[in-house]
Amino acid sequence: MLARVTHLTSPDELAAALEGTGYLPDEGLATAAYLALAMHRPLFLEGEAGVGKTALAHALAEVTGRPIYRLQCYEGLEASQALYDWDFGRQLLHLRAAEAAHAADNPDALEASLYDRRFLLARPLLQALEDSPSVLLIDEIDRADDEFEAFLLEVLSDFTISIPELGTVRAVTPPLVILTSNRTREVHDALKRRCLYHWLQHPDFDREVAILRRRLPEVTEQLAREVARATARLRTLDLLKPPGIAEAMDWATALHTLGARELDPDTAARTLGAVLKYREDTERVQQQVRGVLFGA
Amino acid sequence: MPETSTATRDVVDTVLGFARTLRAAGVTASPDRVEAMLAAVGHLDVLDASDVYWAGRLTLCSSPDDLDRYDAAFAAWFGGERPRAPHPAAPELRVVSTMAPLDAGEGEGEEFSGSEELAVQASAAEVLRHRDVGELSPAEREHLRRLFTVLRPAAPMRPSRRRRPSSAGPVHPARTVRRALRDGGEVTRLLHRRSAPRHRRVVLLVDVSGSMSPYADALLRFAHVAVRARPSSTEVFTIGTRLTRVTRELRLRDPDRALVATGSAIPDWSGGTRLGEVLKAFLDRWGQRGTARGAVVVVCSDGWERGGTELLGEQMARLRRLAHAVVWVNPHKGREGYEPLAGGMRAALPSVDVFVAGHSMAAFEELSGVIQRA
Repeated sequence: MLARVTHLTSPDELAAALEGTGYLPDEGLATAAYLALAMHRPLFLEGEAGVGKTALAHALAEVTGRPIYRLQCYEGLEASQALYDWDFGRQLLHLRAAEAAHAADNPDALEASLYDRRFLLARPLLQALEDSPSVLLIDEIDRADDEFEAFLLEVLSDFTISIPELGTVRAVTPPLVILTSNRTREVHDALKRRCLYHWLQHPDFDREVAILRRRLPEVTEQLAREVARATARLRTLDLLKPPGIAEAMDWATALHTLGARELDPDTAARTLGAVLKYREDTERVQQQVRGVLFGA
Repeated sequence: MPETSTATRDVVDTVLGFARTLRAAGVTASPDRVEAMLAAVGHLDVLDASDVYWAGRLTLCSSPDDLDRYDAAFAAWFGGERPRAPHPAAPELRVVSTMAPLDAGEGEGEEFSGSEELAVQASAAEVLRHRDVGELSPAEREHLRRLFTVLRPAAPMRPSRRRRPSSAGPVHPARTVRRALRDGGEVTRLLHRRSAPRHRRVVLLVDVSGSMSPYADALLRFAHVAVRARPSSTEVFTIGTRLTRVTRELRLRDPDRALVATGSAIPDWSGGTRLGEVLKAFLDRWGQRGTARGAVVVVCSDGWERGGTELLGEQMARLRRLAHAVVWVNPHKGREGYEPLAGGMRAALPSVDVFVAGHSMAAFEELSGVIQRA
């Protein structure tokens, strides 16, 4: 598995490998991912929702043949949900069973057996270090709070976790860490400094068509092109939520499900819900569907 | 071998020179980042311009604001231009980072409007000018100190999902069992936890247009105090013809330096007003992403809006839907017989939760209380 990684000696090769999995990166993103692998540095991806930040992590896991561990962040996320936790229930049962078997005569041995690895519940960060080499996806770090960020900084700086009762866990090979953020909050500089930073943009027209064609082979070429063109126009409209590539894919799927082979104003108006997620946006576009989307 | 080391030194020198250019352009290319860039270049092709571009962009930049300046600096340095010394010119350039550009408008350069009466008229024309801040006078310093004591308690709280051990509240199973293990597996005591309240974010939007100039100074001082009291949960923006984020500048401990830095960061001091557009820029760029969500948003403005007020009304409604509470501070409200006649004010009021004055120490005290209770 590791052999596949060492074969990648340039961003272009990585880009080609990623394309093989159906993820089409541009030059910057391929370079970013390549450097993250080569330099063992976490990759911090920022960008609008739906531009393919999370998908990149999955594609990289596939390319490198590594297992992926995903930590979804939210406010109040604690070390016991991110690192490890002791399975107290089972520890208690073990204790009772030991008592029943009169094993309590040797308290030291009993205590040692309580803090055995089998009573440890590994959470994503610990899993990623133990199952090395791996891909660790820390999704939507902007949703976590400052306390968690500070804690993450500690783990990402040396890729070790110390468990007082068991000892230190160190990754043989540092995991490939991908952090994503939708920028709902400014993430602290100290964390960003340890990472490679990449701002992901909406793909250009040709790439978007290619992505649609690749991900949705059942959609006709013409429909893919028209959806990509219409989506690109929607992005220029100053909407509350400009559609991302994920919405474009939803839209193409919706149109395809309705049996459309090309985009016409009527079907477009009926399926706008797949691509616009705010009532204000939908109303605005609905009124002028023809003009806005078809440039009439 | 000597050749290789010369080549290496060339690369290092080039990168260091580039980092200087970048710093002059206002991107904080710290030494550890430059080191990372060198390492990144080592993994790529040094002679490939695009590889060098990406190696630098991935390691030296840390926000989308940096990208434009990076591109410009890259073109300048690798296009053969000498780096500009990072001297006082820097703050001017740094402005770019904190502003959300609106449409170009008909910007005029340095110009000074004459009489006092003119100052209370809203003007849509953009006049770019920096505030002329001197040292604070002893009276102002005293004012600031008093403000600080007044404002200290203004820290609205909100419930959070983070739980803390507590003597009452729901049972904390993990802690209880851990304790039981210590007692040989016997549950002798139930331990509890409770959600720990957190500070609610406070966002101050301070109007620095001409009509507000008698009050803007005091409001910014109020903002400095607010930021110093709760640096991580307070955001300050100035609004006029542009939106400028001044939170970073106001975080400086020393009030003199903080206000000087803020003054030089604001490009549209005492200019015109485009409340609706600027508010929209704030919501697009910051508010909707999270800054305004669940926050107490305080708009400090007299509501003078030159053009139509429809956009302002619309954006205020949008702000209301995002924010926990919207407070509007209008210095004129303190006057005897004040009626909200300014068009912008009338358009905004339906979306305002609390409407307060902001012209005196007592008014600031009241404002502080309003924020606290919001």
